[in-house]
Amino acid sequence: MKKIFLILFISFFTTKSFSLVKIDITRGNLEPLPTAVSNFYIDNPEKLSAKIKKLNLEKNLPNVIKGNLNRSGLFYVLDNKSYIQKPKLSHLKPRFEDWRLIKAQIMVSGKLKIDDKGRLRVEFRLWDVVSGKEIEELALFATPSSWRRIAHIISDKIYQRLTGEEGYFDTRIIYVGESGPKTQRVKKLAIMDQDGANNKFLTLGNELVLTPRFSPNGRMVTYMSYFKNLPRVYLLNIETGIQEVVGDFPGMTFAPRFSPDGKKVIMSFARDGNSDIYTMDIKSRRVEQITSNPAIDTSPSFSPDGRFIVFNSDRSGLQQIYVMRSDGRGVKRISRGKGLYGTPVWSPRGDLIAFTKIHKGKFYIGVMRTNGTGERLLTQNFYQEAPSWSPNGRVLIFYRETAGGKKGQGASANLWAIDITGYNEVKIKTPTDASDPSWSGLLSK
Amino acid sequence: MSLTNMRNFVIVVVLGFLVSACATGGKRSANDWYEGTDTVKFLASGVPDRIFFATNKSSLHTAAKGTLNKQAAYIKKSGLSVVVEGHADERGTREYNLALGERRANAVRDYLMSQGVSGSKVTVISYGKERPVNPESSRLAWSQNRRSVTVKAK
Repeated sequence: MKKIFLILFISFFTTKSFSLVKIDITRGNLEPLPTAVSNFYIDNPEKLSAKIKKLNLEKNLPNVIKGNLNRSGLFYVLDNKSYIQKPKLSHLKPRFEDWRLIKAQIMVSGKLKIDDKGRLRVEFRLWDVVSGKEIEELALFATPSSWRRIAHIISDKIYQRLTGEEGYFDTRIIYVGESGPKTQRVKKLAIMDQDGANNKFLTLGNELVLTPRFSPNGRMVTYMSYFKNLPRVYLLNIETGIQEVVGDFPGMTFAPRFSPDGKKVIMSFARDGNSDIYTMDIKSRRVEQITSNPAIDTSPSFSPDGRFIVFNSDRSGLQQIYVMRSDGRGVKRISRGKGLYGTPVWSPRGDLIAFTKIHKGKFYIGVMRTNGTGERLLTQNFYQEAPSWSPNGRVLIFYRETAGGKKGQGASANLWAIDITGYNEVKIKTPTDASDPSWSGLLSK
Repeated sequence: MSLTNMRNFVIVVVLGFLVSACATGGKRSANDWYEGTDTVKFLASGVPDRIFFATNKSSLHTAAKGTLNKQAAYIKKSGLSVVVEGHADERGTREYNLALGERRANAVRDYLMSQGVSGSKVTVISYGKERPVNPESSRLAWSQNRRSVTVKAK
């Protein structure tokens, strides 16, 4: 995969005055913030090559920002047709009364320029329309072809300024692209930007691949593959394309994830009908057995500080969620409600565990505190599972399947996202059916 | 309506449910595993290739043992090596189902070995819920998909 060349955060102007406008994201946001995103203006149109002109960046770059803000559910971007002021003046000297007239509370403006080295320079400003003040300003440089990342970084900046929390737009999703009949499903590793752009397939579909997960720095992926009919956990470097099997296990390894420092892979190893949890240090290849129980122990996930592991086990007879120290000691069951619990994933903020719950033939995605209290079910459906956290711990992405008819007709698999408030459930568009999503961390971090 | 009458009424409704459940379940027994022959293939004449399991279970019921006895006799006589595939239905989480399929395949392997088949002749592989034989989302299909399939090793 081509390396992304990007220079960021060259100039951070002073953070401007305190804004009156603020978004409280701890509650379900039923009234998204009315937002105007002006088209950007081009400072030196004569310097634009035909190729760059074709990108239509003055419209398309703000459009990517609009898409991000709208999808977050926290903003409502007003239609461009209602904007009175032109892009250049909006950026240089906005007439706030014009923006108040259309009920915008904040306004985003920007300027594009191709510099002497052929780099794209994007300057953006965020305006508090209510108080009539500039509240954020940022300039970024990048190769013109990575303009989408600039739009995502700007979106993150806006989100952060107004919510007080880090954004999640400059991120990617790795997932499994699916096609073909249910009985002979073809599965390929696929990667895309968080908004569905730049979709790429990383494997050809010759063998089954399942459950890809990003490393903390986003450069590696661990996943399970049936290569040569030997189901094993693999590592894939997504920049070089080099893959390798993890460890030398004499049986199936599955359910892999990285440790929060990226140095280990934690996974299940099944032998003689018993699945236990193991870790392997990627550098030294040292393997450590963490659980040793005749039950099925699987779906392990580290706490962000690396001190604890959450996993699911049927040692009580049915699938439930347990927490233990990272050395395997101090195992404690935390799921207490009725039904089965699986796929626990520790929030990157450390405070919550997301899970799948199966109860009375329905599937739920939910969250609970790390001691099992405060269970909240966010969404119920025929089949859904495998939540993965946005890096700021505010949104979960998961996959949902619909029921199949006599010959499997009508069956589908798609990615969905939902806020942990339970609001803003949105379908994530993918070119094929999709499952097993994993959200990367912020790419520019 | 008096309270006793009401109770009778409730009992009738519950019975009605049971009857209709049996009717729609087709060849699925009250034990929740499939007892029909619809998807079954044969390793050799009279030797069915698969057995069926109850939801989330890997225990072998009597009919399953009967099938495995035939498989064991056939494997011993022919000297073949076999692969036992373990499968789950689509009503569980993917990772748990991988483990469950492995547990089912091993339950079959253990049983074949208890019937005198050499362990070196039997390898196992779990497909979890990835390779259903019946693509429908119905109780009947799920009971057909909760299975182990013994295939000749290549």
